[in-house]
Amino acid sequence: MANLISDETIEYVGILAKLELSEEEKEQAKQDIGRMLDYVDKLNELDTSGVEPMSHIFPVHNVFRDDVVTNGDDRDNLLKNAPKVKDGSWQVPKTVE
Amino acid sequence: MSKQYETVIGLEVHVELATKTKIFCGCSTAFGGAPNTHTCPVCTGMPGSLPVLNKQVVEYAMAVGLATNCEINQFCKFDRKNYFYPDNPQNYQISQLYLPICHDGGIEIETAAGKKVIGIHEIHMEEDAGKLIHDEWDDCTLVDYNRSGVPLIEIVSEPDMRSAEEVIAYLDKLRLIVQYLGASDCKLQEGSMRADVNLSVREVGAEKFGTRTEMKNLNSFKAIARAIEGERARQIELLEEGRAVVQETRRWDDNKEYSYPMRSKEDAHDYRYFPDPDLVPVVISDEWLQAVKDRQPELRTEKLERYRKEFDIPQYDAEILTGAKKMADLFEETTALCGKPKKVSNWLMGETLRLLKEEGAEPDALAFSPEHLAKLIELTDAGTINQTVAKEVFEKIFREDIDPERYVEEHGLRMVSDEGLLRAVVEQVIAANPQSVADYRGGKDRVLGFLVGQTMKQMKGKANPGAVNQLLRELL
Repeated sequence: MANLISDETIEYVGILAKLELSEEEKEQAKQDIGRMLDYVDKLNELDTSGVEPMSHIFPVHNVFRDDVVTNGDDRDNLLKNAPKVKDGSWQVPKTVE
Repeated sequence: MSKQYETVIGLEVHVELATKTKIFCGCSTAFGGAPNTHTCPVCTGMPGSLPVLNKQVVEYAMAVGLATNCEINQFCKFDRKNYFYPDNPQNYQISQLYLPICHDGGIEIETAAGKKVIGIHEIHMEEDAGKLIHDEWDDCTLVDYNRSGVPLIEIVSEPDMRSAEEVIAYLDKLRLIVQYLGASDCKLQEGSMRADVNLSVREVGAEKFGTRTEMKNLNSFKAIARAIEGERARQIELLEEGRAVVQETRRWDDNKEYSYPMRSKEDAHDYRYFPDPDLVPVVISDEWLQAVKDRQPELRTEKLERYRKEFDIPQYDAEILTGAKKMADLFEETTALCGKPKKVSNWLMGETLRLLKEEGAEPDALAFSPEHLAKLIELTDAGTINQTVAKEVFEKIFREDIDPERYVEEHGLRMVSDEGLLRAVVEQVIAANPQSVADYRGGKDRVLGFLVGQTMKQMKGKANPGAVNQLLRELL
């Protein structure tokens, strides 16, 4: 494997993704990410000069809605997904700016 | 000799667009609904929901881009900006990083120092976040997602401004442009226009920019001006003490007139942007772009020029009238109805501004109909009511948008010109004020005004002032 991932990188990516990994999982993740980067290296061997970069995997563009209200009040239903509810709102642990 | 410093300022202005629905779902954008009553699986970030772009958002963004002399990216797309915070239910904000809809524009501002162009780096479309309310009782946070997914455009300027005065001029101009386009009401207090200030200082003549800070929580032009002065002073003090300015986001406290670093525990500033696979690219054809161009309304500069040609009103009045879209609309609509631009302008420049000032309100708050002002002008011109009564009726129109014709009838406010009746009252006034009469006869002309006033009072303000004047002169 050509791409070696450092401990610091795994630690940092873990923080960004809000993941707490055990030592074993960290090793496994290092292997996985290394292999992914190897694959990207392989792709980079292709000569893509003159090829327009792709923006989306489907050859589709301009999917729009008109500016018309179609949704009513579905609060009670949606709040069923909330771990905690108070005063018609989603209740979460205190956030401090 | 102490060093001379220059302030370098760039702005990020967020504007909430005036669409009826959110950017990616059919929920209402109406302000002030009960918490979470304008939400659906899309704007609460439910797994499996699919965002679909509101076409009107693209049109508003294009219109603002064109009006600020930007290039339009005819191929643009959306990206995900990843961060974790409860106001953002998807854990990413849909925005535009790689191909924003508009770029490389600029608007001209004018300050005491003269004219200057402020560059616009780019304008991109994105979604607003929900609102967090701190609950003191349970020491928790409540989230209202009504605002989540409301469409925004972010207008990013170049670091071209050098003073608070230039910043205010730029914001003022930008606000007018967006209001004229009808793309937003741009109310700073209500948050439909928000400005973040990026500021650094450097020694005059230095080539490189200093380290900048970003200031948030600025919700009035005055707060922005104070924050700029405060932050400039803070940074210069640091440099003078030989310390470094730290690049950070600061929150302005307008009461304490000081900015504080925002606590950013796990704020890694690594948003890991990537293209949003749920949204397909937007391709703007030449025809579509042309159609939006053709629909662009008249902006302020053109309006000023037209007022100068079309209406016989002073330049100063034209500037005030066009200084708020609402005023300009009222002026034009009323003038179209009564054909008397000068008189319409007088009512707007005089009584309207006076009453607005009295209430501490902005012209946007004006709620009376042009039909009623036009009728009032006709009533006055026809001599149905006099100027004193007209002012009283106007106040009613201003506050309650009453129909002046009906109001005058119902309250018996028609001007009284009946000579017999007026003569009797004038005689009474003369009899009741012998001292004033003597003074007048003794050569004190000014007393006449007092006697006219007394007559008016007797007539409850409804007398024809010309006729009263004439009668008094005749009888004295």
